[in-house]
Amino acid sequence: MPRDTSIKSVLVIGSGPIVIGQACEFDYSGTQACRVLRAEGIRVILVNSNPATIMTDPEFADATYIEPITPEFIERIIAKERPDAILATLGGQTALNAAIGLYTAGTLERYGVKLIGADVDAIERGENREIFRTIVEKIGGESARSVICHTMDEILEGVKILGYPVVVRPSFTMGGLGSGIAFDEAALHQIAGAGLRHSPTSEVLLEESIIGWKEYELEVMRDSTDNVVIVCSIENIDPMGVHTGDSITVAPALTLTDVEYQRLRDLSISIIREVGVATGGCNIQFAVNPENGRIIVIEMNPRVSRSSALASKATGFPIAKIATKLAIGYTLDEIENDITKVTPASFEPTLDYVVVKAPRFAFEKFSDADPRLTTTMKSVGEAMAIGRSFPEALMKALRSLERKEAIFTFPTEVSEQRISSLMTQIGTPTEYRLQQVQQVLWAGISIEEVFSKSKIDRWFLTQIQLINDAAREIAQPGELTTEVLRTAKQWGFSDAQIATLRNVTEDDVRKTRAHLGVRPVYKTVDTCAAEFEAFTPYYYSSYEEETEVKPRSKPAVIILGSGPNRIGQGIEFDYSCVHASFTLREAGYETIMINCNPETVSTDYDTSDRLYFEPLTLEDVLEIVHAESQAGPVLGVITQLGGQTPLGLAAGLKNAGVTILGTSPEAINLAEERGAFGDVLASVGLTAPEFGMASSQMQAVEIAKKIGYPVLVRPSFVLGGRGMEIVYDDDALSSFISRATDITPDHPVLVDRFLDSAIEIDVDALYDGTELFLGGVMEHIEEAGIHSGDSACVLPAMTISAPQLQAIREATLKIAEGVGVRGLINIQFALAADRLYVLEANPRASRTVPFVSKATGVPLAKAAARISVGESIVQLREDGTLPATGDGIAKGISVKEAVLPWNRFRRSDGRGVDAVLGPEMRSTGEVMGISSTFGASYAKSQISAFGSLPKSGSVFISLADKDKESGVLAATALSTLGFRLFATAGTADFLDARGVKTARVRKASEGIGPYGEKTIVDLLNGGEINLVINTPVGRGTRADGWAIRTAAIQRSIPCITTTAGFNAAVEGIKVLQSGDLGVRPIQEWLKDV
Amino acid sequence: MSKAFLVLDDGRTFEGQSWGATGRAFGEAVFQTGMTGYQETLTDPSYHQQIVVMTAPHIGNTGMNTEDNESSKIWVAGFVVRNPSPITSNWRSEKSLVDVMIEQELVGISGVDTRALTRHLRDRGAMRVGIFSALDLTREEMVIEVRKSKQMSGSFLSEDVSTVKPYIVRATGEKRFTVVALDLGIKSATPRAMSQRGIETHVLPFNATYDEIMALNPDGVFLSNGPGDPSTMTETVSLVRELLSEEVPIFGICFGHQILGRALGFETYKLQFGHRGINQPVIDKRTGKVEITSHNHGFAIEAPVDTQFATVFGPGQVTHICLNDGVVEGLELLERGAFSVQYHPEAAAGPHDASYLFDNFIAMMLKYPRKVGVA
Repeated sequence: MPRDTSIKSVLVIGSGPIVIGQACEFDYSGTQACRVLRAEGIRVILVNSNPATIMTDPEFADATYIEPITPEFIERIIAKERPDAILATLGGQTALNAAIGLYTAGTLERYGVKLIGADVDAIERGENREIFRTIVEKIGGESARSVICHTMDEILEGVKILGYPVVVRPSFTMGGLGSGIAFDEAALHQIAGAGLRHSPTSEVLLEESIIGWKEYELEVMRDSTDNVVIVCSIENIDPMGVHTGDSITVAPALTLTDVEYQRLRDLSISIIREVGVATGGCNIQFAVNPENGRIIVIEMNPRVSRSSALASKATGFPIAKIATKLAIGYTLDEIENDITKVTPASFEPTLDYVVVKAPRFAFEKFSDADPRLTTTMKSVGEAMAIGRSFPEALMKALRSLERKEAIFTFPTEVSEQRISSLMTQIGTPTEYRLQQVQQVLWAGISIEEVFSKSKIDRWFLTQIQLINDAAREIAQPGELTTEVLRTAKQWGFSDAQIATLRNVTEDDVRKTRAHLGVRPVYKTVDTCAAEFEAFTPYYYSSYEEETEVKPRSKPAVIILGSGPNRIGQGIEFDYSCVHASFTLREAGYETIMINCNPETVSTDYDTSDRLYFEPLTLEDVLEIVHAESQAGPVLGVITQLGGQTPLGLAAGLKNAGVTILGTSPEAINLAEERGAFGDVLASVGLTAPEFGMASSQMQAVEIAKKIGYPVLVRPSFVLGGRGMEIVYDDDALSSFISRATDITPDHPVLVDRFLDSAIEIDVDALYDGTELFLGGVMEHIEEAGIHSGDSACVLPAMTISAPQLQAIREATLKIAEGVGVRGLINIQFALAADRLYVLEANPRASRTVPFVSKATGVPLAKAAARISVGESIVQLREDGTLPATGDGIAKGISVKEAVLPWNRFRRSDGRGVDAVLGPEMRSTGEVMGISSTFGASYAKSQISAFGSLPKSGSVFISLADKDKESGVLAATALSTLGFRLFATAGTADFLDARGVKTARVRKASEGIGPYGEKTIVDLLNGGEINLVINTPVGRGTRADGWAIRTAAIQRSIPCITTTAGFNAAVEGIKVLQSGDLGVRPIQEWLKDV
Repeated sequence: MSKAFLVLDDGRTFEGQSWGATGRAFGEAVFQTGMTGYQETLTDPSYHQQIVVMTAPHIGNTGMNTEDNESSKIWVAGFVVRNPSPITSNWRSEKSLVDVMIEQELVGISGVDTRALTRHLRDRGAMRVGIFSALDLTREEMVIEVRKSKQMSGSFLSEDVSTVKPYIVRATGEKRFTVVALDLGIKSATPRAMSQRGIETHVLPFNATYDEIMALNPDGVFLSNGPGDPSTMTETVSLVRELLSEEVPIFGICFGHQILGRALGFETYKLQFGHRGINQPVIDKRTGKVEITSHNHGFAIEAPVDTQFATVFGPGQVTHICLNDGVVEGLELLERGAFSVQYHPEAAAGPHDASYLFDNFIAMMLKYPRKVGVA
């Protein structure tokens, strides 16, 4: 059936900010959707609040609305654009929920717009657990025994039937938010109580525990003529009990016979038909009892999911692209398989390799969070690796995580004590359970024992055992022969691992290997196990006979991606890498992308001319450079766009003789090494806050005394502010150093003067060696001290004078010149008492590059890539990449707000983690609000990030002493705007004295009063407070503040923790009260002069 | 583990490790792209005299069990894999694959760059190969041995795989039909699929005569899958013509489909590398529906796909084609009860999308009932 020609315009709903459980995979899928629709000549209207996405680049849609993804805002967009249809199945749960909201509000009917892909009934049938159970039963499947509950009483009744442990799953939440396993009644109260709150329908499901069963997922696609295919099967190595997003998973399924696999396939097909997903993709999860094969259908997602992105990358079958084509009427047999060109999309990919996905966590950022893995997803990113065997793929996946703890080690001795402690640990899934499993197997514990503790399938355990056996062989004394090396490589050992086993250096191993000619070959991901010729160069390495890398003639530029998403290094860097690839392809280069993150646009097989799905380590990159140098001319490698990961490889690559394009490794070092950078600043007459480098605790205290408290302490060489803290006295300083650093002369600790209440400024600029292009000067809304990644910021800067801006420009030029930047540089300044301080400079693409590009319409990353290959700013101005004259100018006022994952983490006692901002970055994503006034932009950013600010109601205010004075104006304004103010004694007294009326409320620590007066936490839990302003004194020091903030987060009440944020919120509320917040596409903003 | 060699007709050699039985094995090298179902593949008689290369890298993970056997023994002549499993992990597993291979003397080779080998076979076509392990032969000697081995084209193999004595597979529940299945290499999943639909299946040897068949008074005749070159099946083709003349409903699959095609007057030809996998898209031209199907064929029928055709048994048409390469995958007569498909509706291994064809067989037997008493 050809495409539905009645559809002339489609509104695509994106997924908003990156949060745990919903990451850049939806930028990947949404970008594919936009491309497909435009190629069909359909007008594309897009809404997404996340500026760091490729899909929100102006050229991907006809009208791009960077606006909140709420039914209210979308209705405004629909009213303006009058699309024929809405595509909501590619924007994750956010888009699906928005679509249901639009349906419920009658918007769809009012404007005569239809949902394509899945309709509301199908979404309901797939996501409503009660209906879904009926469907499973009807098609002859089995669900876990369960009880649907809407109140705590029902929950307590339900557990009487099912017994403990019991699984709790709230309805209509994403990434398993709010779900968990309760082993007793106390835990049940906590988990199910939160679940009721998180579920938009106040509904949770209690379920019989199938912990320890084998877990599978099938990715299914269906077209309008009811053709159904299974794109991929995925098996979780971590058995049931760990969220699939947190599990190490493998594709294809490896431990099922055909009979059993076909049973899952039959069930999947029956389910997608019965649920009635008209067209597109969905994923269905199963549990299989390892003792008898009993199958339980767990759930389905009637939309493209994280697993779909993984399945697409794992198989080469572009699910989102095909889902979009199906949504506009094509059938599977009418769509060509891009990779083979001759075969259609109506087939099932078959793999002649193994794919392993490993999650990346960020527990170090949330030190009080419960590290146990449960059915609530906690990981912030993932790496995928491909190999010709499971061990090879697993070892590659683990090194792709870029964590030394993730890599298998083979110590000469494991003590009895350690073994017994590890044996206890492997019973509970945590971040490094697989490494613990490997260690106990290495120490000689039997597979049966490990299986009985971990329930990890014996097949996987045996494969790990084989890796251990191989390690023993490698460690045998004697020469490193071709045979030893080849075997080691086939098991997936890195040069570094071999070096450790042989007690030589990594470089020795590499040289021996090169000398003996033991090098990887590259195989193609082709969807068909080589049955047909592949035309898409999507490669992975393996140590085998035949390579498939084809010769080429054009000069190639290799772009290093940023690896797995983590806090501090996420989609923003992928954005820059993708831009580099696009622009260099246009400029006539052959672009080669290396990355291992399956969620990204950069790992889409048609983003670059060639894609290597490989770990970002020196070894793996050098091998690709070697292979590509054999294939044709290689101009060099771009390392400045993918964040700290590629930047960290630059020096090693250069030492190995590889050309680094753009900023040189020496220049990078000049900016990163504090002493050298201090010299640069001094030579151009710029000031940094005073600082000292301490190699002992004593020295640190001395330095702090000299420069005066408060001071900012951190280990040297960090990204995302890891291990940073602001301390106000000797004790706190000593405590931080012993807790968070391993201070030695080799690992010094930096002690910086902390500029209290300074304005922080972020600058992104381009420099080509002669000319500077200032991309944007952003002013942080929070004062210095909050990590720039967690701080809201505004572009253009609102409170900075023209002379100050001029000073910032001059300083930027001097630094760029002094460091020797060729491409992008990001500098953080602080303005305190009209003095400009340089906080730090990063000679690379920054997190804010996409935001600045969206706000100014200037593609900074593209320009940087072109400068890297030798073009000048003058040339880029001429060809229109950069404006003809001047610097970047913001169109309208844009506010970027960070999104924090507080609600994902709990402490081991089940209570929430503290929601306080600090110098350590904790946000997972960002949103942008654009408007013509600051208040409106800020309000939009808050709505996008946290839901809405209240227009009326009650506000609780609790200010730290240092913040009381600066909070008076905002409190007065709130009162004038008609809000009822609540405050605890100190703040109440202070505000009363300034003439601001407040109602007093008791602190949590004071308990309920003699006449039953409630505490603030009671008020929050009772839903009586609509906004919380709580500025903390310091992390962890005030239990009361913590209780307030966590209660607010858990009830999804907006919680503002800085006075600057407080002021901004008041501006936003004013705009909300005044009525309409308009919507305007970015294309129109960019036309403004 | 000792070294083993895989030597191709064109001289290319792959080195690997000996696996399963040792010695030498010859056959036509074909690649199988299914990610599950190695046990069904090994025991499928259609693979007689073929050396199977599994493109899926890990083989043997789930061991072997009695239930999933497609016949009483392994038919594959030699087995080529990347990574054999050292253990089995499945609640139904009874034996490890390697033990069964040794028991049944199947020579295997592991550690081969199976992707390179598959690409080679794809580009150069299926060809004779040999596996040599624990032997002291030079490369030249091995190539000579391979070139002395039998070619698949022109091979008549039914005799090797067919049952010697007739047997009956009873209907599950009430018996509704009697079907004679001509065993050219039948898989046990086929009578099972028929049995589930109330068919009593009389499995007869490949050389059963017309009279022997008609003596059973069948409602229909089933022509099974099997190995070999269809052009060698002249006697069976004549038998089918006789059955067609008598208007006995006929359903053929795979080899049986090729025989029906030849009986209707079409030629068969050898495909470059054949279809062997469980992900093959086939479109039913009559409905536009796509089925994902299980294939195992190296030959195909040459028939017009765009128009109906005339035969001595009345008009007919091509019903199914493979979407990957346009190969004819199904035939039917329009005025008489006969149809066939090139693929495997019984699956095993593979998807169940085409199982409706057994229902179509029943519908056909109802539409064209045999006149009682006519034999």
